Amino acid sequence: MVASEAILRRWRPRNLLRSQEGIVLLLALAAFILFSVLLPSFLSPGNLIALVRSVSILGVLALGMALVVIARGIDVSMIATMVVSVAWSFVLARDGYTFGLALAIGAGFAAVAGLSIGVLVAFGEVAPIFATLAAGSLIYGLGRTFFFQLEMQNVPPGQNWFAAIGQGSLFGIPLTIVAFGVLCLFFHLVLTRTRFGWVLYGMGSNPSTARTTGAPIRAMIMAQYIISALIAYLAGLILAASAAAINARLFNSTMIYDILLVVVLGGIGLNGGHGRVRNVILGTVFVGILLNGMTILNIDYTVQNLVKGIVLLLAIIADSVVNPRDEQTSQQGDL
Amino acid sequence: MRQMIRRWAVAAALVLASATAVQADNQGLENPRSTDFHESLKGKKVVFVPLSMGFDLTEGWAAVMRQQAKRLDYSFEIRDPAWSTDAGTRALSQLITEKPDLIVLHNPDIQSYARLIKQAQSAGIKIVQINLESNSTSDSYVGADWTEIGEQAAQAVVDKCDTGKGVSTKIAIDTGVPTAASDVFQLNGIYRVLKQHPAIQVVSQQSTEYNAEKARAIMDTVLQQHPDLCGAIGIWDNQDTGTASAIQQAGKSNQVFLVTSGGGNKVGCENVDKGLFNLYISYNVPLQGEILNEEIARLLQSKSAAGEVKTMYFTPLTQITKANSNPRNCWTLDDLK
Repeated sequence: MVASEAILRRWRPRNLLRSQEGIVLLLALAAFILFSVLLPSFLSPGNLIALVRSVSILGVLALGMALVVIARGIDVSMIATMVVSVAWSFVLARDGYTFGLALAIGAGFAAVAGLSIGVLVAFGEVAPIFATLAAGSLIYGLGRTFFFQLEMQNVPPGQNWFAAIGQGSLFGIPLTIVAFGVLCLFFHLVLTRTRFGWVLYGMGSNPSTARTTGAPIRAMIMAQYIISALIAYLAGLILAASAAAINARLFNSTMIYDILLVVVLGGIGLNGGHGRVRNVILGTVFVGILLNGMTILNIDYTVQNLVKGIVLLLAIIADSVVNPRDEQTSQQGDL
Repeated sequence: MRQMIRRWAVAAALVLASATAVQADNQGLENPRSTDFHESLKGKKVVFVPLSMGFDLTEGWAAVMRQQAKRLDYSFEIRDPAWSTDAGTRALSQLITEKPDLIVLHNPDIQSYARLIKQAQSAGIKIVQINLESNSTSDSYVGADWTEIGEQAAQAVVDKCDTGKGVSTKIAIDTGVPTAASDVFQLNGIYRVLKQHPAIQVVSQQSTEYNAEKARAIMDTVLQQHPDLCGAIGIWDNQDTGTASAIQQAGKSNQVFLVTSGGGNKVGCENVDKGLFNLYISYNVPLQGEILNEEIARLLQSKSAAGEVKTMYFTPLTQITKANSNPRNCWTLDDLK
């Protein structure tokens, strides 16, 4: 009874406007209604599926990023890990390794990359943003120099089951979306039901307290970056299965900022300690609605970028108006 | 008697000696033109500034150019800006002070390097532009005529989708980056043809930033809105694997006629064989590389100053379909090395 009252109170319009999450939710609803009215086939099930599908890879990556961000870290090397590990496993498969072994080597590379970043952050005490920024360039450089020469790597021929991941569907829902859904559930359980998840929040809220209370901070940090690297690898596989190829050039694109956009827009603060899986879903879906609507409206590329920029700016401004800086936030500092 | 023998011996020796002399003379004539040719190229310095290394086009050209540099003994270097126009601008400014003999330049768009091209030429550096032109003309341009590609692509789609020919007259266009020569001129070529066929409707014209996954998502959405789409023109094979993948997943491979273009790499041809691309207009990278080599040799020998004589050559195009996707039209990087 009390709990349901609390929930009702949270969703009351005035309170909704008190959080960034609420503001973005309202913006998303507004965009959704606007497009539904303006565009006749926007609401068709086929289009809604296409909408979610087009951002589900972004969503998967954002889950990995969210985990790190909640524990007050950041991983901007995710795209590098993604493209290099997947491209390398494709090259190996074409060079005669069995596909399964090649995929395992790719996963191994991603895990080692994540572990190295974790060691750098946990033991070297390098700020995560710098550690991962440098690691990203290093991983990409390694890939370009030693693992593959061409940025564009097609899925090795004859792997039908692999193509099925990207192109198949379960009860009419593309497997890409199913994968995103399953991962959301998994991350939700990890964050809310496991000790690992609770310690993540603890580390994000107050790292020194977490350390004095005996949390295995260093092991936790290494685990986070290994997880985000493996998630990046997984997202890369889904992407490759879906587009029939992986292009290492994505490292030079704005994709990593799109991931951060999803995380921040969804309401997971970069100063750590709060945020849930629903924030990732909200951010992902909002970006999806915007992109889909603008594609249907056939809006020009530059204007699309402008709209994305304005929306992000609006969300940030609205957030700082309704949640003005106080002593606590300024002490915590943000990125 | 003894004297006579000696005389004979001397005579025999003389004959023998002159015979050897004749033998030595018969070693051909030195070709002064060959000597000049090699002398004039030896030790020269050629620098390649691509959009980025690491993809089929630039790796292919570089492999062909490197071979000739080795054969004719001039130096060949690559300054790789890795897709950054900023880094490319810095590389060019730096090169203007280093003064190589010739720069092979791959423009990210038609504007960014225009001023630097003029500066480099007035500093005495000859410039060959490859495949992507700048608004500023230079000593030479070797590459595709994007307008022609656009016209061919549009014509192919019109042939399938004009009134009464396909399921509808709707087509989609997937572009790359709005400011690149490949986009600007190709779109002009496409619309030149489409204007003569007013029945054709362009229902979507979206930029993919050369990203296959983005191309896939766009085509996915377009097919939701226009299930009766008849044709699609993509601007580059590397991105259009995504476009093709969306069409295939929608089960419309037999309905949507997809035209794309690229350098003729085997990977693109594999997609033709798989039925993902219906028509693949190739600008044949190995051939472009050979023509580049000829231009490099010609300009290095030429006595005229940089920027004095401006030439251009639009390289031939090959329309690749399932019927002619063979090793003659499709290459791998290993073939070129």
